[in-house]
Amino acid sequence: MAILTLRDALNQAMTEEMIRDPKVFLMGEEVGEYNGAYKVSKGMLEKFGPDRVVDSPISEAGFAGLGVGAAMVGLRPIIEMMTWNFAIQAFDQIINHAAKMYYMSAGQFSVPMVIRGPHGAARMLGAQHSQCVDHMIVNIPGLIVVSTVIPKDAKGLLKSSIRNNNPVMFLESELLYGYEGEVPDEEYLTPLGKGDIKRKGKDITLVTWNKMLLLSLDVAQKLWETENIDVEIIDLMTIQPIDEDLIFESVRKTHRLLVVEEGWGVASIGCHIVDRVVKECFDDLDAPPERVFNHFVPMPYNKTLEAEVLPTEARVIQSIKNLLYIS
Amino acid sequence: MKITKQQCIEFYKDMLLCRRFEEKVSQLYVQQRFGGFCHLYIGQEALGTGCLNAIRKGKDYVISGYRDHTQPITLGMEPGVVLAELLAKSTGCAQGKGGSMHMFSKSLRYLGGHGIVGGQVPLAAGVGWKIAYEKEDLVILCFIGDAAINQGQFHEALNMCAIWKLPVIVIIENNLYGMGTAISRTCSLSSLADRAKGYNMRQAVIDGRNVINTYTQMLEIVEETRKTRQPILVEAKTYRLRGHSMSDPGHYRSKEEVENERNNDCLKILENHMLSQKIAQSKDFESWEDWAILEVEKAVEFASTSPEPELSDLYSNVLAP
Repeated sequence: MAILTLRDALNQAMTEEMIRDPKVFLMGEEVGEYNGAYKVSKGMLEKFGPDRVVDSPISEAGFAGLGVGAAMVGLRPIIEMMTWNFAIQAFDQIINHAAKMYYMSAGQFSVPMVIRGPHGAARMLGAQHSQCVDHMIVNIPGLIVVSTVIPKDAKGLLKSSIRNNNPVMFLESELLYGYEGEVPDEEYLTPLGKGDIKRKGKDITLVTWNKMLLLSLDVAQKLWETENIDVEIIDLMTIQPIDEDLIFESVRKTHRLLVVEEGWGVASIGCHIVDRVVKECFDDLDAPPERVFNHFVPMPYNKTLEAEVLPTEARVIQSIKNLLYIS
Repeated sequence: MKITKQQCIEFYKDMLLCRRFEEKVSQLYVQQRFGGFCHLYIGQEALGTGCLNAIRKGKDYVISGYRDHTQPITLGMEPGVVLAELLAKSTGCAQGKGGSMHMFSKSLRYLGGHGIVGGQVPLAAGVGWKIAYEKEDLVILCFIGDAAINQGQFHEALNMCAIWKLPVIVIIENNLYGMGTAISRTCSLSSLADRAKGYNMRQAVIDGRNVINTYTQMLEIVEETRKTRQPILVEAKTYRLRGHSMSDPGHYRSKEEVENERNNDCLKILENHMLSQKIAQSKDFESWEDWAILEVEKAVEFASTSPEPELSDLYSNVLAP
């Protein structure tokens, strides 16, 4: 197995799929000559030429819509958004067009398209560049939403997303493009809609995704070493649809649920998971489920304030202790 | 360029069928046989018939806004299938899941009926992209209303069509009003086709009330676009004789204006032409009238007797397999 960064794993996924299928092309701001704003598409222009690795104008709604139209007639576009904050410009195309086409045409026109890019806060980028939109787009029928940062998962999931016949929203992380991990040398696909237990444990079930996974793993390790608390961590990876069975199975074992999510907590993915668990596992629960999420403020620029807005180690530990009735 | 007598007759019959169809739709809507919004094409038939006969039907692509009941009929869809969609029946062209604003046909390459003003223009750019990507000998017609030229997505899409040389023909159906607001109040240009100048794009203005002119001009535009793969913005001047939708009281325009336009009705223009050129006689028009009424009756019969979708269809087609 090779050690790859998240960036290179994503690059491999796109490259392999573009070699495999001539109908796949990549379009977005700076994906070609600049080699990608975050270098995810590095070297791809050279490999595939300007017809398949396409520098777009700064017109997110425009080129997202171009992707929808091209997908409706048989191509398989990968649309790179420089960040999901900019994709908000394209929400009309994502929500009103990509997500609706297959249903409102009664199955005549599918939209096999991937829209991908970094999601969530990076570091000191301010209010307009640090948002999570995942809880908004998971609430739209007709979309599949993936949110992943581990190189092996990201590669397998991106390949599956490109081959999927639906619009797949693919959420990465700017801070973790350099994050390294083992990636198998042989070809593999990771199924959409399945979560993964990243740490086995028996005391509580912690559900998370994207970069909150790393925070959660750190906290779990620390609590194991210092307090003998054994946290099971589920990395959802696909957040629409959610692998509910995996969560229920774990909660039935640990009897406690914590959701750690980046982003605001009103009508969030965490709310939904808690709702489902309370409904399906009510008798199994030994404590009220806990959630950790962002403070409900626009992201401040100041580094200390920014760190406080995001889920912190202290807040995660406090929630775990609440679940275990440790004061 | 001249058109044949037979073509002229076909155009007239198509326009007449569309007119009688929409009149029936209007009647059924008033009778509350179906709900939702309902935007009629009455007055604009020459535009649809002229443009859609200038393409290779079923090969070239077409996409449109929400005034979309009759364009599929001109392309070859059975009127009953459109009406069934309006009546939300399972035999409709979107099985009762689309409705008035969302007619679709994969086999006719009619990519919808879209309800967000201007949202279909980037989609058309995407279809143009596919045609260019696969080096096909095709074009896409993209119909928009006049008010769509003020949407950002229209501009983004035109720019992409221009820089990438996509075979996209954007047709502004200029019926002078965006809902109840005169386009002259919302656009600083006197000629809407001048929007093309900002993108160094070809433009054309056509008289959308005259089907023969529309057809012959569009034929040239379509073939040139097919050959050169250069996009073009076409302003087709027309007028809708009914309200924006069925719920439009029409206070924003005078009775005299609408009355004047009735005298300039595209069907009358063609009828007068055919009579003066001795292409047809009064009795021909009477027989076509009977034919159109019968076709519409057949459509009503088909749609009325069709079943509604099953409740079990609710979750089908959310995601593709």
